[in-house]
Amino acid sequence: MTRPPTDRTLPADVTISEDDIARDARALGVVWSEPPGFWGWLTTVDHKKLGKRLIVTSFLMFLAGGIEAALMRAQLSRPENSLIGPDRYNQLFTTHGTTMMFLFAVPVMTAMGLYFVPLMVGARTLAFPRLNAFGYWNYVVGVVFLYVSLFVNMGPDTGWFAYVPLSGPQYSPGHRVDVWAQVVTFTEISALAGAVNVIVTAFKMRAPGMTVNRIPIFVWSQIVVAFMIVFAMPAVATASTLMLATDRAVTMHWFNPAEGGDALLWQHIFWFFGHPEVYIIFLPAMGMITPIIETFCRRKVFGYTPIVMANITTAFFAFGLWVHHMFATPIPELGQSLFTAASILIAIPTGIQIFCWLATMWMSRPQLTVPILFVLGFLFTFVNGGITGVMLASVAFDKQAHDTFFVVAHLHYVLLGGGVMPLFGAIYFWFPKMTGRLLGETLGKWHFWLFTIGVNVTFFPMHILGLEGMPRRMYTYLEPTGWGPLNLVASIGAATIAVSVLLFLINVIATMRRAPNAGPNPWKSSGLEWSVASPPPSYDFLYAPVVESRHPLWDTTIDLPVLTGFRTDRREVLVTTTFSAEPDSRHEHPTPSIWPFYLALCMGVVFIGSIFSPWFVLGGLGLSIIGLAGWGWSGTKPTHHERVATPVAVPERA
Amino acid sequence: MHSVLDPASPQARAVAHLWWWFFGVGAAVWLAVMATMLLSLRGRRAVRGADDLMQPAPGVEARVERLVKGATFVTVLILLGFLTYDFSVGRILAQQPTNPLTIQLIGHQWWWEAQYEDQDLTKRIVTANEMHVPVGQPVRFILTSRDVIHSFWVPNLTGKRDLIPGYQSTIWFQADTAGTYRGQCAEFCGLQHAKMALTIIAQPKAQYQLWFAAAVSSQTEPTDSTLLYGERIFMTTGCSVCHAISGTEARATVGPNLTHFKSRTMIAAGTLPNTRENVARWVLNPQVIKPGTQMPPSPLNTAQLSALLTYLETLK
Repeated sequence: MTRPPTDRTLPADVTISEDDIARDARALGVVWSEPPGFWGWLTTVDHKKLGKRLIVTSFLMFLAGGIEAALMRAQLSRPENSLIGPDRYNQLFTTHGTTMMFLFAVPVMTAMGLYFVPLMVGARTLAFPRLNAFGYWNYVVGVVFLYVSLFVNMGPDTGWFAYVPLSGPQYSPGHRVDVWAQVVTFTEISALAGAVNVIVTAFKMRAPGMTVNRIPIFVWSQIVVAFMIVFAMPAVATASTLMLATDRAVTMHWFNPAEGGDALLWQHIFWFFGHPEVYIIFLPAMGMITPIIETFCRRKVFGYTPIVMANITTAFFAFGLWVHHMFATPIPELGQSLFTAASILIAIPTGIQIFCWLATMWMSRPQLTVPILFVLGFLFTFVNGGITGVMLASVAFDKQAHDTFFVVAHLHYVLLGGGVMPLFGAIYFWFPKMTGRLLGETLGKWHFWLFTIGVNVTFFPMHILGLEGMPRRMYTYLEPTGWGPLNLVASIGAATIAVSVLLFLINVIATMRRAPNAGPNPWKSSGLEWSVASPPPSYDFLYAPVVESRHPLWDTTIDLPVLTGFRTDRREVLVTTTFSAEPDSRHEHPTPSIWPFYLALCMGVVFIGSIFSPWFVLGGLGLSIIGLAGWGWSGTKPTHHERVATPVAVPERA
Repeated sequence: MHSVLDPASPQARAVAHLWWWFFGVGAAVWLAVMATMLLSLRGRRAVRGADDLMQPAPGVEARVERLVKGATFVTVLILLGFLTYDFSVGRILAQQPTNPLTIQLIGHQWWWEAQYEDQDLTKRIVTANEMHVPVGQPVRFILTSRDVIHSFWVPNLTGKRDLIPGYQSTIWFQADTAGTYRGQCAEFCGLQHAKMALTIIAQPKAQYQLWFAAAVSSQTEPTDSTLLYGERIFMTTGCSVCHAISGTEARATVGPNLTHFKSRTMIAAGTLPNTRENVARWVLNPQVIKPGTQMPPSPLNTAQLSALLTYLETLK
């Protein structure tokens, strides 16, 4: 059982008896327990419960956005169809875009991080558990608000990009655009809360020994994206919550050319957020691919450093592309060419990652399980979307393709191929960790094939439609345009996607009815998250694992060395140094609390109320002071930070 | 009907060539990646080691590293090639034309107002949704909008340019093949974005001159009693509140100028062919054809409608 750790700074050769382990597990189980029942459901601060809940909620949003897409495809399946009128159609495509971008893609990618980052870096929880709960409840308020609005015919109808002046007070009276602006606000708060949590957890709470160059690639992608969120989200918050909302509520004229405002300003601020948004969805998905490939190719990924550097480079480039959404506006050609160059260059880091994965697969023997099938589907679909992306970087070509179905095809190839396919692969991969159960392989393979075929049948014809002159966002088209047959093909493809997603749901439900069968590490994978039970205990790790390589479970042949010496009578976590992850201090973490939920409701009063009267802002802020006081009062006492005295390394039970 | 790949101007042709290069090189890259992916599944280049992990054959790792570096280098070269080619096409499009025909194009929800510029103020044609242009002469559009953002796009002739309130921008092309080219508003502009099309009719110079001569003429006073009745319906039942017919007292600029209404092939911004039956349907209740359009229904009786249609048909 005994194995001396190779890190010589740590004392070695100390073992813990089975009795001690049982005692510590019991004590931690009590300290990290949460109230039972509905109250516990409302007050939980467990990153796994909240992460799982966010994944489930955002998948519900994926289904809602999918139903909207299916309705649109039904309407467009033949020319001059009268199934859905323009007013309903415009609400549908706006809600589809808003749902998929703000309520599905970004939250689900963040949720995977909020669930797995602590487990992958060997921490017991996130850095700010209550902030995490606050973020989740804000998101829920936004979701409920958008869908209640849609059902009372108050759904936003000016596109997920809400260009002014169409979305301004003059051309969009009523509250539809206000709904959009405030739904975006809730998702901003939620995303920022998640981002801050990921950054601090990944930088300050890594297991001892997990130096910067040993951080798992999935965690790297989450760190990079968290920083992108911190820089991008304030832009859309400024544009929607501050400028558009005040333009509409108190006629600030930010965007009204008649009063000296500027209609193009909106597009700059929106796309300064909007383009990084795409990479905020895409980079976490890229981060999911590496562990899947490593596990099923049974070897370490080729080119860890280039892949991490490619992630970081992509994040920087992503902020220099936004004008390629605006090539048809009167921006000087010289300025546009800079953005062409940046948009083309961003293909290089992405290319490097793909080459590294191909090299990894080349030097191994991939087992064709469902997760890796989705990676192959990703390559098949995403590479196509990446190539059309390079084409769209060209100003000359973009002026022909911009705002046509060519772009619809491109963005769905990128987001479904580069976002959803890796995500599905990741769900199949990590589902056993989250639930203790392996998803069915046969249904999974049906899901994979139908989904991949469906995506390509739906969106490939749209390239041609775009080149044949079909603009986006049209509720119908005339028969002589000749766009009918290809649109019908696309609609059939959409039905195929719907069937595949249904199979996925059946698979999940059927699996959940079975007994747990996974064990801690069903795939014999290498990350720290696979060293704990499936699903993990409430405290994640009984003792802090000590990491000696990038692949702890592969490189440590017997047992993981661990670090003990923590109190078991309170929620204690280990804080380590940012770069070398040396033990630094112990920190007491907060207990479950109702205040994050209460405060999210206050935000609901502020932002939803602000649509109807500015007084709700004051009222909501007044109520939230109570919440902030309660939050602070019930937290931990600041004196409990303690330096780590003499850490002891011991092996965990096998 | 319209296609980026069936260009009728040097500008659209340059972009179509660019596209075919993009397509060819892009397809080759995609096929190369797919081939590598499929070949990698055979797994002949590694063996399972004692620790259950795959060990590549000796020397493979170094060779693959060279391949990855080479592929990255080739990617950079291809992308720089694209960039250079794109800039060269961009230069063609950015050159300013000499001696162009200039048309002011103003976007409205949901139709296009066109004003032909001319030194001679009496020759400034005002029309809507349908523009005749001469073959072989550059046509320059000055674009602006009265309400929200629209986007001008005729795929066979030119890429798009937005019409933005508060901004004035220009785009130009030179049709080198006679023909009728359709385009649709490309920027989402509200309820009837889908039914905001326009038509460019490129004609040989002589034919264009004939059209131009007819277009600058004013309408003459009707003499026939039916036509007089039709004109009175136009002037008194609300049509003239929004529409203008030059040579008459109808001078409003809210809706499309109807001076040479019958010479247009389509009505309602490229939505319906300009037939008597369609115009009747449109006048009686445009909200059925284009829900949300600014034009209200006109409750005319059969005699009134018939006279109005007959009058409109004389506006050639």
